[in-house]
Amino acid sequence: CINDLNVDPIDPNLDSKDKIYTDLNSYEQGLAKIYAGLAVSGQKGPAGAPDLGGLDEGASQYLRKYWEFQELPTDEAINGWGDPGQPELSQATWAASNVLVEILYYRMTYQITLANQFIRDTEGADFGEDDPTDRMNQMRAEARYLRAMSYWHALDFYGNGIPFTDENSAIGSTPPAPPASGFGGTEIFEFIESELMEITSEDAVQQLKAAKAGFVGQADKAAAYMLLAKLYMNAEVYTGTPRWEDAKVYLEKVINAGYSLEGDYANNFMADNYLSQEIIFSVNYDGLYTQSYGGTTFLIHGAVGGDMSAEEYGIDSGWGGHRSTTALVEKFEDGNEVQVDPRGMFYREHDRANTDLTKFTDGYAVVKYTNKSRLGYNGSDPNLTFVDTNFPVFRLADAYLMLAEAEMRMGGVSGTSMANLEEIWTRGNVSSDLQTAYKAELSSNPEGFLLDERARELYWEGHRRTDLVRFGQFSTSEYVWPWKGGDVNGKGLESKFDLLPLPSSEINANPKLKQNPAWM
Amino acid sequence: QERTLTGTVLDETGTPLPGVSVIFVGTTTGAATNFDGQYKLNIPEDASQVKFSYIGYIEQVVELGAQSIIDVTLQPDADQLEEVVVIGYGSAKKDDLTGSVESIDTSKFNQGAISSPQDLLTGKIAGVNITNGGGAPGAGATIRIRGGSSLSASNDPLIVIDGVPVDSDGVAGMRNPLNTINPNDIETFTVLKDASATAIYGSRASNGVIIITTKKGTRDGIQVEYNGTVSVGTPTGQIDVLSADQYRDLMIKQYGEASPEVALLGSSNTDWQEELMRNAISTDQNISVAGRTGILPYRVSFGYNNSNGILETSNMERYTTSVNLNPKFFDDHLAVNVSAKYVNVSNRFADTGSLGSAIAYDPTQSVKGSGDQYDAFGGYYTWLDADYNPITIAPSNPVAMLNQTENTSTVNRFIGNLQFDYKFHFLPELKANLNLGYDHSASKGGTYNPITSAWNYNITDPTMGGSLSHYDQNKTNELLDFTLQYDKELGDHRFNVLGGYSWQHFHQEQDDWWTNARGDSQADNPNAGTYAFATEYYLVSFFGRANYTLKDKYMVTATVRSDGTSRFSENNRWGIFPSAAFAWNIGKEDFIQNSAVVSSMKLRAGWGITGQQNIGGGNYPYMPTYIYGDERSQYVYYDPNTGKMIYPTIRPNGYDENIKWEETTTYNIGLDFGFFDDKLTGNIDAYHRVTNDLLNTVPVASGSNLTNQLLTNVGSLQNQGVELTLNSKLVQTGDFFLDFGVNFTYNRTEITQLTLVDDPDYAGVKVGGIAGGTGQTIQIHQVGYAPSSFLVYEQIYDDKGMPIEGAYVDRNGDGQITEADKYIAGDPNPDFMIGVNMRATYKNWDFSMSGRANFGQQVYNNVNSANSNLNGMSVSGFNSNRTADVYNTMFQTMQQHSDYYVQDANYFRMDNIMLGYNFNNLAGGKYNARVYGTVNNAFVITGYDGLDPEVSGGIDNNLYPRPRTYMLGVNLSF
Repeated sequence: CINDLNVDPIDPNLDSKDKIYTDLNSYEQGLAKIYAGLAVSGQKGPAGAPDLGGLDEGASQYLRKYWEFQELPTDEAINGWGDPGQPELSQATWAASNVLVEILYYRMTYQITLANQFIRDTEGADFGEDDPTDRMNQMRAEARYLRAMSYWHALDFYGNGIPFTDENSAIGSTPPAPPASGFGGTEIFEFIESELMEITSEDAVQQLKAAKAGFVGQADKAAAYMLLAKLYMNAEVYTGTPRWEDAKVYLEKVINAGYSLEGDYANNFMADNYLSQEIIFSVNYDGLYTQSYGGTTFLIHGAVGGDMSAEEYGIDSGWGGHRSTTALVEKFEDGNEVQVDPRGMFYREHDRANTDLTKFTDGYAVVKYTNKSRLGYNGSDPNLTFVDTNFPVFRLADAYLMLAEAEMRMGGVSGTSMANLEEIWTRGNVSSDLQTAYKAELSSNPEGFLLDERARELYWEGHRRTDLVRFGQFSTSEYVWPWKGGDVNGKGLESKFDLLPLPSSEINANPKLKQNPAWM
Repeated sequence: QERTLTGTVLDETGTPLPGVSVIFVGTTTGAATNFDGQYKLNIPEDASQVKFSYIGYIEQVVELGAQSIIDVTLQPDADQLEEVVVIGYGSAKKDDLTGSVESIDTSKFNQGAISSPQDLLTGKIAGVNITNGGGAPGAGATIRIRGGSSLSASNDPLIVIDGVPVDSDGVAGMRNPLNTINPNDIETFTVLKDASATAIYGSRASNGVIIITTKKGTRDGIQVEYNGTVSVGTPTGQIDVLSADQYRDLMIKQYGEASPEVALLGSSNTDWQEELMRNAISTDQNISVAGRTGILPYRVSFGYNNSNGILETSNMERYTTSVNLNPKFFDDHLAVNVSAKYVNVSNRFADTGSLGSAIAYDPTQSVKGSGDQYDAFGGYYTWLDADYNPITIAPSNPVAMLNQTENTSTVNRFIGNLQFDYKFHFLPELKANLNLGYDHSASKGGTYNPITSAWNYNITDPTMGGSLSHYDQNKTNELLDFTLQYDKELGDHRFNVLGGYSWQHFHQEQDDWWTNARGDSQADNPNAGTYAFATEYYLVSFFGRANYTLKDKYMVTATVRSDGTSRFSENNRWGIFPSAAFAWNIGKEDFIQNSAVVSSMKLRAGWGITGQQNIGGGNYPYMPTYIYGDERSQYVYYDPNTGKMIYPTIRPNGYDENIKWEETTTYNIGLDFGFFDDKLTGNIDAYHRVTNDLLNTVPVASGSNLTNQLLTNVGSLQNQGVELTLNSKLVQTGDFFLDFGVNFTYNRTEITQLTLVDDPDYAGVKVGGIAGGTGQTIQIHQVGYAPSSFLVYEQIYDDKGMPIEGAYVDRNGDGQITEADKYIAGDPNPDFMIGVNMRATYKNWDFSMSGRANFGQQVYNNVNSANSNLNGMSVSGFNSNRTADVYNTMFQTMQQHSDYYVQDANYFRMDNIMLGYNFNNLAGGKYNARVYGTVNNAFVITGYDGLDPEVSGGIDNNLYPRPRTYMLGVNLSF
C-alpha cells in the first residue's frame, strides 16, 4: 500500500510534462499561454485561477498595468479610483512599496519565466515529417520574441538592475542575480538586441515568420524589427549611447514590409480592428474566448462614466476611471478651447478642467477605444462585459513618427518622412491649413513638435511615458500637467521617477538584488 | 392482587442515587430512580429477583421474597469507577493518562438551540477557542487548540468521529462539515492537547485532536427518548449607519444643494438593514431507541432540524439518522462495533453580500423604485445609467440580492465504520483490532438569479440575462486501521504495547456548469460553460505505543509514528514523529492518601513531535504540473483567410520539489488535582510549542519559480501558554446541588523566523485582504509578533480628539511618511480566555449558565474603514451611505491603514442560560419528562464599536449577525 503514495494527478485540467506535451498542437497551446500572458490574468477567464498570487486578479493583468504606467503618470491621462497605489500612479508619487509597482514588475518577470520554461520544455521536441514547416523552431523564436519584449518593458521601467534569467535558469528557490554591472549597465539591452537579431536572421534555425506573414497577433519579423527600432530609439536612455542610425535601418524594414495606413483612423481601435492593415503587432482580445478584467475591457469600461451612454461603446456599463488631462486636450485645439485636429476623440460634455482627481467628470472622457465594429455591431460577448477590441502594440503610423524623429536627431527630417507625416495627417482628416501650421512648427521647433505630434497620433496607446523620458520631459519642471507631482496644476518630479524603484517585496525576497541607488 | 415495590437507592456515602435502573430479572418491567433515589414499581406475577444497576457501580440482585420495600446501597465498581477516556486507537483510565487530555460528556454540554456539534463545547475546555462563523443556521466555526501552530497550512484540529478521522476540508453546500453529526447523538468530546497524547495521530495532530464518540445502547430492555425544541432567533443590533435625514444633510454639505450628486437623492427613509432581518422560528426534533436484545446492544436515532436564519431567506433543513450496534461474540472475545451516520441537509444560503450592500445603500431610496424603468428589475430600485441600464459598479439593492438569489444545496453524507476487536482465545492479553471506515458525501447545489436581477442584467437581450449555476461534488474518504495490542499485569507492573498500521485515501471530484436564467445550452448562450475537477491524496502510517505503569503510581508512555503522504516527493515523503511522557500519581502515595485536604493528585510531563502536511493549494505541490486554461482564457489569432484561430493555453505551475513535513515540537507539564474529597478538582497545564519548517506561502524571488508566491518550508513559530481548569461541587445537600466550573487560558503565539537565512530587514509576509479597494492587506506575518498582526500607521489626533486625515506619526523620524512608519498595532488572537459555567439543581428544578470572556485581541473594523469616507458618498452616477463613524473622523478619503480602525475587542459573552423542570415517575415511574427553556447568546459585554467583537481572523466585515435565541424544549423518556 506504500505504493499508493506515488500519485499522478487525476484532475482533468492538470498533467505532468510528458503527458501534456505530446504533439505539435500541444506546444502551440504552451506558446499561446505566453501570448495570453499579455492578455489575460490566469487559467480561468475572466478570473479564478490567477497566474500571480495574493493580488487582485483583474488589476494584476499585464496589459492593464503596462498601460497604466505608460499613461497615467503622463500628460495624457489620469484616473480617479481610490484603490491602493492608484492615486499615486496618476500623480507620479509612488514609492517602492506601491502595490502597483509590485504588480507591474511581477507581471514582466513572470512572463519572462514563462517564456524560459516554454523554451526549456521544447528541448528535444522534433516532430520531423509531422512538422513540414518547422513550426517547432518558429515557436521557439516566438517565445524568444515575447521574452525579449518583456525584457524591454522591464528595462524601460526598472533599468538594468533587474534579475536575469533565461532557459538555463533552474526552477526552484535560488534567487537569480542581476547582471554584473547592475544599474547603469548594458547587459539587458545587449541581450534583447542579440535575441532579436538572431530570431530575425535568415540563417538562424529558430527564426520568426517573414514580415507580415504571421497571423494577426502572432509575432513575425516585422514585429521584431519594430521592437529593435524601439530599443534603438531609446538606446541613449538605456545605455548612454544613441543608436539613431540603427533605429532607422529597422524602421525602414518595417515601413517596407507592406503595411498601410487604415483609411479611417478609428478603425485601429474598434472591435474588428483585426482587419486593420496598419497594426504590426497586437495583444488580441475576444469577448468570449479571451476574457479578463484587464486589457481593453478595462481600457474601454474605465473610460466610460458620468452621463455617457455605455451602450454607445458596445459595453454594458462604465467604470468611470481614466480620462484626459487638459494638457492632452489642448494639443488638439486652437488655443481657444476649440478642437481643430479631428484625431482627438473626446466626450466633451464633462468638465474640461481636472479640478478633482477623484471625480471622473473632471476632464473630458477619451472615446478612442470601442467595442463597436466598423459597421456598428457590438463585440461578440452578448453581455457586453468583455470586449473584442485588440490592443495595437505597434502600428505603422508610429514607425513613421519614429523614423521622422530618428532623422531629426541625426540632422533633419527627410522628404520621405515629410510625405509619411502628410499621409498620417490626411488620413486623420487634418485640414490643409492645420497641416501647413504643423509643418511650420516642425521646422521651427522640431523636438517639441514631434513630442506633441506623437501625443496627437498615439495618445492612450501605451507609449507616452517612454516618449516623455526620451525627450527629457517626464520629470522636468519645465513641462508640467495637471496632477503631475501631486499638484493640481502640476509640478516637477525628482529625476529618479524616470525609472521605477524595484518593489520592496522583491528586494525582500531576493538578497542578490540592490535597489536602484536613486531610490535608496 | 397487585403488589408494589418501593425503596431508596443510596451510594456508598449515603447520598441518594438518581437514575439507577431497577428491573425485575427476566421481565421488561423496570424503572429508574428519581432525584431522591426513590423508585416505585408494580411487581409482575412471575418476578422473583430485582436487579439494581448503575454505571460505575457494582450491580446488585436482590431476592424478592415477600418484601414490599427494598432499600439498597450500591458500591462503586473499582474497575469502572475510574473514568474511562477515549484516546488515540483505544481508551485509557483517566488515572493512567500521561498526556494533556480533557473530556466532557453530555452532562456538561452547552444547552439550547444548538444545531452544530462544536457549539456544545464552546467555552468548556481550557485552551480550546471556538469562534463560530456568524449567525447563519448551521454555521461553521474556527476551532483552535492552543492557538495555531502553522501559517499557511491548516490550523484546524483533527476530528475523529467514532474512530474515523474526518477530512477537515469543507464539503460543498454545507456550511460546516461537522453538521454531519446530530448534536443529540454525541456522548463525549475528548480533546487531546499535548503531543504525548496526539502524537499517535502523527501527521495530522499538530493542532490537537478532538475525538467525538456517539451514544450507544447498553441497558437491557428498550429505552425510548424524545427531545423536541422550538426556538426564536432575534437580531441583536445593527451597524450604526446614517439615517436618511443625516445622509441628506451630509450630501448637501459635501456636494452643494444644486449638485448633480444631491439631485440623485430620493425622498424615502429606508432602514436597509431592517429590511433584511427577521425573527426566525426554528425547530429540532429527535427520537432515539436504545437497548439490548440478546447479545445485541443497539441505539438508533432520528433527528430533524429546521433552522431559519435571521437574515431573510436563509434556512437549513436537516435529517439525521444514526445507528450503533455493538454485539459481542465468542464469550466476549470478539467485539464488533457498527456505526453508521447519515445526514441529509438542504440549505438555502442568503447572499451575505447584502449585509455590506445594506450599509452602503442610499437610505433615501425605497426598496421598490417608482417608474417603469425599474420593471425590468422586478420593480427593485436600481442605480441606472443614462440608458436606464444598471451601473455595474454600483452596489446592488440589498433586498433584491436576497429575494432574487436562490442559492440552494442538498448534501447527503454517510460516515460509517465497522470495527472488529478480537481478544485471542489462547492469549486474552493480546487484542487485534481492525477498523474499516468510509465517509462519503454527495453535494448538489447552485444559484439561480432571474433575468430581472440587475447584477446579471443583459442589456442587449434581457431574456438572455440572469444566471443559473450548478455544482455536483462527490467526496470519498476511506480508512483502514489495524492494531495489535498486548496488555499484561505482573505484580506491580503493567504493560500495554500497541502497534498499528493505518491507510487513508481522500478522493474528491466536482462538476460545475453555468448559464443564463433561462438555462440555455452553450449553443444558444455563448457565455455558458462547464468545469470539471478531481483530486486525491493518500496517507500511510505505521505506529506504536508502549505504556508502563509501576504500582499504579508511575507511568511512562512512549509513542512513535511514521507517516507517509502522497503530497511530498519520495525523498521527503516520510516523517517520523515520536513522543514520550511521564506521570506520577502522587495521590496514591501514602502521604497524600492520608491527607484530609488533597484527595487526588497527578503530575504529568510530556514531549513530542508532530507533523503537518495539510496544505491548501493542491495535492501535488512537489511536482512540476501543467494546467490547461478554460474556454474563456484562450488566445485567438486571426487568419485573414479563415478567421479566428482559437488556442487553449497550457500553463506550467510553480512548485517546490523539496517541500517536506512541517514539524511541531511540544513540551507540556501538567498537574491534575482534587481537593476536599474531590469537591474541588482541576488541572493546570503549561506548554511550549515550537514549529519549524513552517509550510508557508511566501513571495519568491522573481525568475526563480513559475509564480510570485510559493508554498515552501520556511520559518518557525512558537506558542506558549498556561491552562487552568477548576470544577467545584460547591453545595451538595439533600435537595440542593451547585456545581461551578471555570477554565482559564493564556496563550501567546510568536513568529520567530520567516526566512531561510536570518535577515533583519525582512519585513514579512502580508496577509489579511480587506474590503474597500482592490488588493489591500492589513495584516502581516512578521518575526517577533503573532501571526496576522495588524500593520498600520499611527494616527495623529487634534486637540479635540478628532483624527487628522492623513496625519500619521513619523515613527522612524526620516521626515516622511512611508511604509517604514507602519507598526504592529495588535493581533486578532486572544491572550487570555476565561470560560465559566455553573449548574444548580433544587428538587425538580435545574438551572445552568455558561459564558466566556476573551481578552487581549484586536479587531480591524473594516465596516467603518471602508464605509466612512466622505468622498465615497457619490461615485460616477450613484450614491452610497456611510456609517455613523463618519462623524468621528470626517475623513474625505479612506484612511484604511490608520490604527484608528484597529480596536480592542475584549468581551464577555453569556453563551447560554437554561432553566429546566423534571417530572419524575410519571405514570407510576414509566415515564420521565423534562421541560426546559434556554437563552443562547443572551448578552455580550464589550467596548468594541462594531456589531460583534467575536470575529474569526480579526477583520470585521459582513459578518452574519449572531442572533439571540430563545428556546423551549421537551424531553421524554420511557
